[in-house]
Amino acid sequence: MLGNAIAIVQENWLLLLVGQYPNGPLGGFAATMLLSVLGIGLAFPLSVLIALCRISKWWALRAPATALVYGVRGIPLLMIIFWVYFLFPLLLGANVPGFATMLCTLVIYEGAFLSEVVRAGIEALPRGQMDAARALGHSHLRAMRFIILPQALYNMLPSLLSQFVSTIKETTLGYVINVPELTFAANQINNRLLTKPFEVFLILALVYYAVCFSLTEFTSWLERRIATRRAGPLRTVEVSA
Amino acid sequence: MKGFDLAPLLTNPEYLGLLGHGIAMTFIIALGSWLLAMSLGVLLLALRLTGFRIAEAVVAAYISYHRNVPTLVQLMLWYFGIASLLPDGLQGWLSDHQGESVFAILALGLCQAAYFSEDLRSGLRAISPGQTEAARALGHGYIGTMRFILIPQALRNSLPALINHTVSLFKNSSLAMAIGVAELTHAVKEIENQSFRTFEIFLIATVLYLLFSLLLMGTGAMLDRRTRLAGAR
Repeated sequence: MLGNAIAIVQENWLLLLVGQYPNGPLGGFAATMLLSVLGIGLAFPLSVLIALCRISKWWALRAPATALVYGVRGIPLLMIIFWVYFLFPLLLGANVPGFATMLCTLVIYEGAFLSEVVRAGIEALPRGQMDAARALGHSHLRAMRFIILPQALYNMLPSLLSQFVSTIKETTLGYVINVPELTFAANQINNRLLTKPFEVFLILALVYYAVCFSLTEFTSWLERRIATRRAGPLRTVEVSA
Repeated sequence: MKGFDLAPLLTNPEYLGLLGHGIAMTFIIALGSWLLAMSLGVLLLALRLTGFRIAEAVVAAYISYHRNVPTLVQLMLWYFGIASLLPDGLQGWLSDHQGESVFAILALGLCQAAYFSEDLRSGLRAISPGQTEAARALGHGYIGTMRFILIPQALRNSLPALINHTVSLFKNSSLAMAIGVAELTHAVKEIENQSFRTFEIFLIATVLYLLFSLLLMGTGAMLDRRTRLAGAR
Protein backbone atom coordinates (compact mmCIF):
# COMPACT_ATOMS: atom_id res chain seq x y z
CA MET A 1 0.00 0.00 0.00
CA LEU A 2 2.80 2.38 0.91
CA GLY A 3 4.65 1.42 -2.29
CA ASN A 4 1.51 2.21 -4.29
CA ALA A 5 1.15 5.59 -2.62
CA ILE A 6 4.76 6.51 -3.32
CA ALA A 7 4.39 5.45 -6.96
CA ILE A 8 1.27 7.62 -7.31
CA VAL A 9 3.09 10.63 -5.90
CA GLN A 10 6.10 10.00 -8.18
CA GLU A 11 3.94 9.85 -11.27
CA ASN A 12 1.57 12.70 -10.43
CA TRP A 13 3.51 15.14 -8.28
CA LEU A 14 3.42 17.85 -10.92
CA LEU A 15 -0.37 17.60 -11.31
CA LEU A 16 -0.77 17.75 -7.52
CA LEU A 17 1.57 20.74 -7.30
CA VAL A 18 0.44 23.04 -10.15
CA GLY A 19 -2.37 21.20 -11.99
CA GLN A 20 -2.34 21.51 -15.79
CA TYR A 21 -0.18 24.64 -15.68
CA PRO A 22 1.43 25.90 -18.03
CA ASN A 23 -0.77 24.08 -20.56
CA GLY A 24 -3.94 25.02 -18.70
CA PRO A 25 -5.10 27.01 -15.68
CA LEU A 26 -3.03 26.95 -12.53
CA GLY A 27 -4.28 24.14 -10.31
CA GLY A 28 -3.21 21.74 -7.60
CA PHE A 29 -1.54 22.81 -4.40
CA ALA A 30 -0.36 26.12 -5.89
CA ALA A 31 -3.94 27.13 -6.71
CA THR A 32 -5.13 26.09 -3.24
CA MET A 33 -2.51 28.28 -1.58
CA LEU A 34 -3.04 31.20 -3.98
CA LEU A 35 -6.79 31.01 -3.41
CA SER A 36 -6.36 30.96 0.38
CA VAL A 37 -3.81 33.79 0.51
CA LEU A 38 -5.83 36.03 -1.83
CA GLY A 39 -9.05 35.05 -0.07
CA ILE A 40 -7.87 35.97 3.43
CA GLY A 41 -5.92 38.98 2.10
CA LEU A 42 -9.01 40.49 0.47
CA ALA A 43 -11.37 39.40 3.23
CA PHE A 44 -9.30 41.13 5.90
CA PRO A 45 -9.92 44.78 4.95
CA LEU A 46 -13.58 43.91 4.35
CA SER A 47 -13.81 42.34 7.79
CA VAL A 48 -12.37 45.43 9.49
CA LEU A 49 -15.00 47.49 7.70
CA ILE A 50 -17.82 45.14 8.75
CA ALA A 51 -16.54 45.09 12.33
CA LEU A 52 -16.44 48.89 12.49
CA CYS A 53 -20.00 48.99 11.17
CA ARG A 54 -21.11 46.42 13.73
CA ILE A 55 -19.86 48.47 16.68
CA SER A 56 -21.02 51.74 15.16
CA LYS A 57 -23.55 53.82 17.07
CA TRP A 58 -25.54 54.41 13.87
CA TRP A 59 -28.31 51.93 13.29
CA ALA A 60 -28.05 52.36 9.50
CA LEU A 61 -24.52 50.94 9.58
CA ARG A 62 -25.04 48.43 12.38
CA ALA A 63 -28.15 46.69 11.08
CA PRO A 64 -26.94 45.64 7.61
CA ALA A 65 -23.55 44.54 8.96
CA THR A 66 -25.21 42.46 11.68
CA ALA A 67 -27.63 40.94 9.17
CA LEU A 68 -24.74 40.07 6.85
CA VAL A 69 -22.74 38.40 9.61
CA TYR A 70 -25.68 36.35 10.90
CA GLY A 71 -26.75 35.50 7.36
CA VAL A 72 -23.35 34.20 6.34
CA ARG A 73 -22.92 32.34 9.63
CA GLY A 74 -26.24 30.57 9.15
CA ILE A 75 -25.86 29.44 5.53
CA PRO A 76 -23.60 26.57 4.47
CA LEU A 77 -20.56 27.67 2.46
CA LEU A 78 -21.72 25.36 -0.31
CA MET A 79 -24.95 27.34 -0.71
CA ILE A 80 -22.98 30.61 -0.90
CA ILE A 81 -20.75 29.10 -3.58
CA PHE A 82 -23.82 28.17 -5.61
CA TRP A 83 -25.25 31.68 -5.20
CA VAL A 84 -22.04 33.35 -6.41
CA TYR A 85 -21.69 30.78 -9.18
CA PHE A 86 -25.22 31.59 -10.34
CA LEU A 87 -25.43 35.35 -9.70
CA PHE A 88 -22.03 36.74 -10.71
CA PRO A 89 -22.19 35.82 -14.40
CA LEU A 90 -25.73 37.27 -14.46
CA LEU A 91 -24.67 40.54 -12.86
CA LEU A 92 -21.45 40.91 -14.84
CA GLY A 93 -22.89 39.62 -18.09
CA ALA A 94 -19.76 37.57 -18.69
CA ASN A 95 -18.37 34.16 -17.90
CA VAL A 96 -16.66 34.04 -14.53
CA PRO A 97 -13.92 31.43 -14.19
CA GLY A 98 -14.23 28.97 -11.30
CA PHE A 99 -11.19 30.41 -9.57
CA ALA A 100 -12.75 33.90 -9.42
CA THR A 101 -16.09 32.48 -8.28
CA MET A 102 -14.42 30.64 -5.43
CA LEU A 103 -12.32 33.68 -4.52
CA CYS A 104 -15.42 35.92 -4.30
CA THR A 105 -17.19 33.34 -2.15
CA LEU A 106 -14.23 33.05 0.20
CA VAL A 107 -13.97 36.84 0.54
CA ILE A 108 -17.65 37.13 1.49
CA TYR A 109 -17.62 34.14 3.82
CA GLU A 110 -14.30 34.86 5.52
CA GLY A 111 -15.05 38.59 5.62
CA ALA A 112 -18.09 37.88 7.78
CA PHE A 113 -16.33 35.37 10.04
CA LEU A 114 -13.19 37.50 10.41
CA SER A 115 -15.27 40.55 11.28
CA GLU A 116 -16.38 38.73 14.44
CA VAL A 117 -12.73 38.14 15.29
CA VAL A 118 -11.88 41.79 14.67
CA ARG A 119 -14.86 42.93 16.73
CA ALA A 120 -13.85 40.68 19.62
CA GLY A 121 -10.32 42.07 19.35
CA ILE A 122 -11.56 45.66 19.53
CA GLU A 123 -13.96 44.97 22.38
CA ALA A 124 -11.28 43.15 24.35
CA LEU A 125 -9.23 46.32 24.65
CA PRO A 126 -9.79 48.27 27.85
CA ARG A 127 -12.28 51.11 27.40
CA GLY A 128 -9.72 53.52 28.75
CA GLN A 129 -7.80 53.34 25.47
CA MET A 130 -10.62 54.95 23.54
CA ASP A 131 -11.44 57.39 26.33
CA ALA A 132 -7.82 58.50 26.59
CA ALA A 133 -7.51 58.90 22.83
CA ARG A 134 -10.65 61.03 22.74
CA ALA A 135 -9.47 63.05 25.71
CA LEU A 136 -6.23 63.79 23.85
CA GLY A 137 -8.30 65.30 21.06
CA HIS A 138 -8.37 62.46 18.50
CA SER A 139 -11.60 62.10 16.57
CA HIS A 140 -13.38 58.73 16.78
CA LEU A 141 -11.98 57.63 13.41
CA ARG A 142 -8.44 58.75 14.19
CA ALA A 143 -8.59 57.03 17.57
CA MET A 144 -9.68 53.83 15.81
CA ARG A 145 -7.01 54.15 13.18
CA PHE A 146 -4.03 55.07 15.38
CA ILE A 147 -4.81 53.70 18.83
CA ILE A 148 -7.44 50.96 18.83
CA LEU A 149 -6.91 49.04 15.58
CA PRO A 150 -3.10 48.69 15.79
CA GLN A 151 -3.41 47.12 19.23
CA ALA A 152 -6.46 45.02 18.43
CA LEU A 153 -5.03 43.69 15.18
CA TYR A 154 -1.73 42.78 16.81
CA ASN A 155 -3.57 40.88 19.55
CA MET A 156 -5.71 38.99 17.06
CA LEU A 157 -2.85 37.85 14.82
CA PRO A 158 -3.17 34.24 16.06
CA SER A 159 -6.92 34.20 15.33
CA LEU A 160 -6.21 35.65 11.90
CA LEU A 161 -3.79 32.81 11.23
CA SER A 162 -6.22 30.15 12.40
CA GLN A 163 -8.82 31.71 10.12
CA PHE A 164 -6.27 31.31 7.33
CA VAL A 165 -6.10 27.59 8.13
CA SER A 166 -9.90 27.43 7.90
CA THR A 167 -9.71 29.17 4.53
CA ILE A 168 -7.26 26.56 3.22
CA LYS A 169 -9.71 23.87 4.32
CA GLU A 170 -12.63 25.73 2.75
CA THR A 171 -10.96 25.95 -0.67
CA THR A 172 -11.63 22.21 -1.01
CA LEU A 173 -15.29 23.04 -1.65
CA GLY A 174 -14.24 24.58 -4.96
CA TYR A 175 -14.16 20.96 -6.11
CA VAL A 176 -17.96 21.04 -6.33
CA ILE A 177 -17.91 23.75 -9.03
CA ASN A 178 -14.80 22.26 -10.70
CA VAL A 179 -12.26 24.82 -9.55
CA PRO A 180 -8.87 23.33 -10.40
CA GLU A 181 -7.24 23.06 -6.97
CA LEU A 182 -5.67 20.30 -4.89
CA THR A 183 -8.81 18.25 -4.16
CA PHE A 184 -9.84 18.52 -7.80
CA ALA A 185 -6.39 17.29 -8.91
CA ALA A 186 -6.62 14.31 -6.55
CA ASN A 187 -10.03 13.42 -7.98
CA GLN A 188 -8.60 13.64 -11.50
CA ILE A 189 -5.86 11.20 -10.52
CA ASN A 190 -8.40 8.93 -8.84
CA ASN A 191 -10.62 8.92 -11.94
CA ARG A 192 -7.65 7.97 -14.10
CA LEU A 193 -6.31 5.21 -11.86
CA LEU A 194 -9.74 3.92 -10.68
CA THR A 195 -8.20 1.12 -8.59
CA LYS A 196 -6.33 3.03 -5.89
CA PRO A 197 -8.86 5.38 -4.25
CA PHE A 198 -7.61 4.78 -0.71
CA GLU A 199 -4.02 5.68 -1.55
CA VAL A 200 -4.99 8.76 -3.57
CA PHE A 201 -7.24 10.24 -0.89
CA LEU A 202 -4.81 9.30 1.88
CA ILE A 203 -2.11 11.29 0.08
CA LEU A 204 -4.55 14.18 -0.29
CA ALA A 205 -5.42 14.10 3.42
CA LEU A 206 -1.73 13.94 4.39
CA VAL A 207 -0.82 16.96 2.24
CA TYR A 208 -3.56 19.05 3.84
CA TYR A 209 -2.58 17.76 7.25
CA ALA A 210 1.07 18.70 6.79
CA VAL A 211 0.23 22.26 5.72
CA CYS A 212 -2.53 22.93 8.25
CA PHE A 213 -0.74 21.23 11.14
CA SER A 214 2.43 23.31 10.68
CA LEU A 215 0.36 26.48 10.49
CA THR A 216 -1.65 25.52 13.59
CA GLU A 217 1.56 24.84 15.52
CA PHE A 218 2.99 28.16 14.39
CA THR A 219 -0.24 29.84 15.50
CA SER A 220 -0.03 28.47 19.03
CA TRP A 221 3.64 29.49 19.24
CA LEU A 222 2.69 32.99 18.16
CA GLU A 223 -0.15 33.05 20.66
CA ARG A 224 2.20 32.23 23.53
CA ARG A 225 4.69 34.82 22.33
CA ILE A 226 2.10 37.56 22.10
CA ALA A 227 0.74 36.63 25.53
CA THR A 228 4.19 37.01 27.09
CA ARG A 229 4.81 40.26 25.24
CA ARG A 230 1.47 41.69 26.34
CA ALA A 231 2.35 40.75 29.92
CA GLY A 232 5.32 43.06 29.52
CA PRO A 233 8.87 42.68 30.77
CA LEU A 234 9.41 41.42 34.28
CA ARG A 235 8.88 44.37 36.55
CA THR A 236 11.69 45.13 38.89
CA VAL A 237 11.28 47.43 41.80
CA GLU A 238 13.45 50.45 41.33
CA VAL A 239 15.14 51.62 44.45
CA SER A 240 16.44 55.11 44.33
CA ALA A 241 19.81 55.41 45.84
CA MET B 1 -34.19 34.37 -16.93
CA LYS B 2 -37.86 33.85 -16.22
CA GLY B 3 -39.75 36.19 -13.89
CA PHE B 4 -39.62 35.47 -10.21
CA ASP B 5 -42.32 33.01 -9.29
CA LEU B 6 -42.35 30.54 -6.44
CA ALA B 7 -45.67 28.94 -7.37
CA PRO B 8 -44.37 26.50 -10.01
CA LEU B 9 -42.01 25.04 -7.42
CA LEU B 10 -44.37 24.99 -4.48
CA THR B 11 -47.30 23.46 -6.35
CA ASN B 12 -45.39 20.72 -8.13
CA PRO B 13 -45.74 17.55 -6.02
CA GLU B 14 -42.56 16.06 -7.49
CA TYR B 15 -40.43 19.04 -6.43
CA LEU B 16 -42.09 19.18 -3.04
CA GLY B 17 -41.35 15.49 -2.58
CA LEU B 18 -37.69 16.00 -3.48
CA LEU B 19 -37.47 18.98 -1.13
CA GLY B 20 -39.18 17.17 1.75
CA HIS B 21 -36.96 14.15 1.32
CA GLY B 22 -33.91 16.43 1.20
CA ILE B 23 -34.88 18.18 4.43
CA ALA B 24 -35.50 14.85 6.16
CA MET B 25 -32.14 13.54 4.97
CA THR B 26 -30.34 16.68 6.16
CA PHE B 27 -31.85 16.17 9.61
CA ILE B 28 -30.97 12.49 9.69
CA ILE B 29 -27.35 13.24 8.71
CA ALA B 30 -27.05 16.15 11.13
CA LEU B 31 -28.72 14.37 14.06
CA GLY B 32 -26.92 11.06 13.46
CA SER B 33 -23.50 12.66 13.25
CA TRP B 34 -24.25 14.92 16.23
CA LEU B 35 -25.07 11.92 18.42
CA LEU B 36 -21.96 10.08 17.21
CA ALA B 37 -19.80 13.17 17.68
CA MET B 38 -21.07 13.92 21.18
CA SER B 39 -20.68 10.38 22.51
CA LEU B 40 -17.26 9.96 20.92
CA GLY B 41 -16.23 13.42 22.10
CA VAL B 42 -17.07 12.51 25.71
CA LEU B 43 -15.23 9.20 25.31
CA LEU B 44 -12.14 10.94 23.91
CA LEU B 45 -12.17 13.41 26.80
CA ALA B 46 -12.52 10.57 29.32
CA LEU B 47 -9.56 8.79 27.69
CA ARG B 48 -7.50 11.96 27.91
CA LEU B 49 -8.37 12.43 31.57
CA THR B 50 -7.12 8.95 32.51
CA GLY B 51 -3.60 10.36 32.38
CA PHE B 52 -2.10 7.39 30.54
CA ARG B 53 0.61 8.64 28.20
CA ILE B 54 -0.36 6.36 25.32
CA ALA B 55 -4.08 7.13 25.59
CA GLU B 56 -3.33 10.86 25.69
CA ALA B 57 -1.08 10.62 22.63
CA VAL B 58 -3.68 8.65 20.66
CA VAL B 59 -6.43 11.15 21.48
CA ALA B 60 -4.15 14.10 20.66
CA ALA B 61 -3.30 12.54 17.29
CA TYR B 62 -6.98 11.84 16.60
CA ILE B 63 -7.94 15.43 17.34
CA SER B 64 -5.02 16.86 15.40
CA TYR B 65 -5.87 14.82 12.30
CA HIS B 66 -9.55 15.69 12.33
CA ARG B 67 -8.98 19.38 12.91
CA ASN B 68 -6.28 19.82 10.28
CA VAL B 69 -7.76 17.89 7.36
CA PRO B 70 -10.67 19.50 5.43
CA THR B 71 -14.02 17.87 6.19
CA LEU B 72 -14.69 17.29 2.50
CA VAL B 73 -11.41 15.37 2.17
CA GLN B 74 -12.32 13.28 5.21
CA LEU B 75 -15.67 12.49 3.57
CA MET B 76 -13.93 11.50 0.33
CA LEU B 77 -11.38 9.36 2.15
CA TRP B 78 -14.22 7.48 3.85
CA TYR B 79 -16.53 7.14 0.90
CA PHE B 80 -14.07 6.56 -1.93
CA GLY B 81 -11.04 5.29 -0.03
CA ILE B 82 -11.90 3.31 3.08
CA ALA B 83 -15.07 1.91 1.51
CA SER B 84 -12.93 0.35 -1.25
CA LEU B 85 -10.95 -1.61 1.36
CA LEU B 86 -14.07 -3.34 2.73
CA PRO B 87 -14.90 -6.91 1.62
CA ASP B 88 -16.87 -7.05 -1.66
CA GLY B 89 -20.02 -8.44 -0.06
CA LEU B 90 -20.21 -5.59 2.42
CA GLN B 91 -19.50 -3.00 -0.31
CA GLY B 92 -22.37 -4.37 -2.38
CA TRP B 93 -24.73 -4.40 0.59
CA LEU B 94 -23.78 -0.82 1.45
CA SER B 95 -24.32 0.48 -2.06
CA ASP B 96 -27.75 -1.18 -2.08
CA HIS B 97 -28.65 0.36 1.28
CA GLN B 98 -27.69 4.01 0.89
CA GLY B 99 -24.12 3.43 2.05
CA GLU B 100 -23.27 7.03 1.21
CA SER B 101 -25.45 8.30 4.08
CA VAL B 102 -23.78 5.88 6.48
CA PHE B 103 -20.35 7.13 5.44
CA ALA B 104 -21.51 10.75 5.62
CA ILE B 105 -22.74 10.27 9.21
CA LEU B 106 -19.54 8.43 10.09
CA ALA B 107 -17.18 10.98 8.54
CA LEU B 108 -19.00 14.07 9.82
CA GLY B 109 -19.48 12.54 13.28
CA LEU B 110 -15.88 11.41 13.68
CA CYS B 111 -14.67 14.81 12.52
CA GLN B 112 -16.93 16.83 14.81
CA ALA B 113 -16.09 14.59 17.79
CA ALA B 114 -12.63 16.16 17.79
CA TYR B 115 -14.13 19.64 18.12
CA PHE B 116 -16.70 18.65 20.76
CA SER B 117 -14.02 16.91 22.79
CA GLU B 118 -11.82 20.02 22.74
CA ASP B 119 -14.78 22.25 23.66
CA LEU B 120 -15.59 20.10 26.68
CA ARG B 121 -11.93 19.90 27.68
CA SER B 122 -11.45 23.64 27.68
CA GLY B 123 -14.71 23.98 29.63
CA LEU B 124 -13.29 21.61 32.22
CA ARG B 125 -9.92 23.34 32.33
CA ALA B 126 -11.52 26.70 32.96
CA ILE B 127 -12.75 25.50 36.37
CA SER B 128 -10.42 26.55 39.14
CA PRO B 129 -8.60 23.70 40.95
CA GLY B 130 -10.10 24.93 44.20
CA GLN B 131 -13.42 23.44 43.11
CA THR B 132 -11.94 19.93 42.98
CA GLU B 133 -10.07 20.44 46.23
CA ALA B 134 -13.18 21.71 48.00
CA ALA B 135 -15.28 18.84 46.65
CA ARG B 136 -12.71 16.28 47.79
CA ALA B 137 -12.42 17.99 51.17
CA LEU B 138 -16.20 17.73 51.55
CA GLY B 139 -15.88 13.98 51.08
CA HIS B 140 -16.87 13.47 47.44
CA GLY B 141 -15.05 10.68 45.63
CA TYR B 142 -13.62 11.10 42.12
CA ILE B 143 -16.91 10.13 40.47
CA GLY B 144 -18.96 12.30 42.82
CA THR B 145 -16.68 15.29 42.23
CA MET B 146 -17.05 14.85 38.50
CA ARG B 147 -20.78 14.20 38.57
CA PHE B 148 -21.91 16.92 40.96
CA ILE B 149 -19.21 19.59 40.86
CA LEU B 150 -17.11 19.55 37.71
CA ILE B 151 -19.33 18.32 34.87
CA PRO B 152 -22.20 20.77 35.48
CA GLN B 153 -19.75 23.69 35.49
CA ALA B 154 -17.80 22.37 32.51
CA LEU B 155 -20.99 22.02 30.49
CA ARG B 156 -21.95 25.57 31.33
CA ASN B 157 -18.50 26.85 30.34
CA SER B 158 -18.40 25.01 27.04
CA LEU B 159 -22.00 25.65 26.01
CA PRO B 160 -21.30 28.56 23.61
CA ALA B 161 -18.54 26.63 21.82
CA LEU B 162 -20.70 23.50 21.63
CA ILE B 163 -23.57 25.48 20.10
CA ASN B 164 -21.23 27.08 17.56
CA HIS B 165 -19.91 23.69 16.53
CA THR B 166 -23.41 22.24 16.40
CA VAL B 167 -24.35 24.96 13.92
CA SER B 168 -21.26 24.24 11.82
CA LEU B 169 -22.06 20.51 11.95
CA PHE B 170 -25.54 21.29 10.66
CA LYS B 171 -24.09 23.42 7.85
CA ASN B 172 -21.44 20.81 7.07
CA SER B 173 -24.17 18.25 6.43
CA SER B 174 -24.49 19.97 3.04
CA LEU B 175 -21.04 18.57 2.13
CA ALA B 176 -22.61 15.12 1.99
CA MET B 177 -23.99 16.05 -1.44
CA ALA B 178 -20.44 15.72 -2.80
CA ILE B 179 -20.61 11.97 -2.18
CA GLY B 180 -24.15 11.71 -3.52
CA VAL B 181 -26.31 11.83 -0.38
CA ALA B 182 -29.74 13.14 -1.35
CA GLU B 183 -29.89 15.83 1.36
CA LEU B 184 -31.23 19.37 1.02
CA THR B 185 -28.45 20.87 -1.12
CA HIS B 186 -28.49 17.82 -3.38
CA ALA B 187 -32.26 18.08 -3.76
CA VAL B 188 -31.88 21.76 -4.62
CA LYS B 189 -29.44 21.02 -7.42
CA GLU B 190 -31.79 18.31 -8.68
CA ILE B 191 -34.80 20.64 -8.73
CA GLU B 192 -32.69 23.37 -10.34
CA ASN B 193 -31.70 21.02 -13.15
CA GLN B 194 -35.31 20.06 -13.79
CA SER B 195 -37.11 23.37 -13.34
CA PHE B 196 -34.43 25.95 -14.31
CA ARG B 197 -35.85 28.14 -11.55
CA THR B 198 -32.44 28.59 -10.00
CA PHE B 199 -33.09 31.80 -8.10
CA GLU B 200 -36.32 30.59 -6.51
CA ILE B 201 -35.07 27.20 -5.38
CA PHE B 202 -31.78 28.64 -4.03
CA LEU B 203 -33.83 31.17 -2.11
CA ILE B 204 -36.03 28.47 -0.58
CA ALA B 205 -33.02 26.40 0.47
CA THR B 206 -31.14 29.41 1.83
CA VAL B 207 -34.13 30.50 3.91
CA LEU B 208 -34.53 26.96 5.25
CA TYR B 209 -30.86 26.65 6.22
CA LEU B 210 -30.85 30.12 7.74
CA LEU B 211 -34.01 29.39 9.70
CA PHE B 212 -32.64 26.22 11.28
CA SER B 213 -29.25 27.77 11.98
CA LEU B 214 -30.76 30.82 13.63
CA LEU B 215 -33.07 28.54 15.60
CA LEU B 216 -30.05 26.62 16.87
CA MET B 217 -28.18 29.82 17.72
CA GLY B 218 -31.26 31.23 19.46
CA THR B 219 -31.77 28.07 21.50
CA GLY B 220 -28.11 28.19 22.42
CA ALA B 221 -28.30 31.80 23.55
CA MET B 222 -31.40 31.00 25.62
CA LEU B 223 -29.76 27.98 27.26
CA ASP B 224 -26.71 30.08 27.94
CA ARG B 225 -28.80 32.75 29.67
CA ARG B 226 -30.74 30.20 31.68
CA THR B 227 -27.73 28.30 32.98
CA ARG B 228 -25.55 31.31 33.68
CA LEU B 229 -25.21 32.04 37.36
CA ALA B 230 -25.83 35.50 38.69
CA GLY B 231 -22.57 37.37 38.83
CA ALA B 232 -20.60 34.71 36.95
CA ARG B 233 -18.55 35.75 33.96
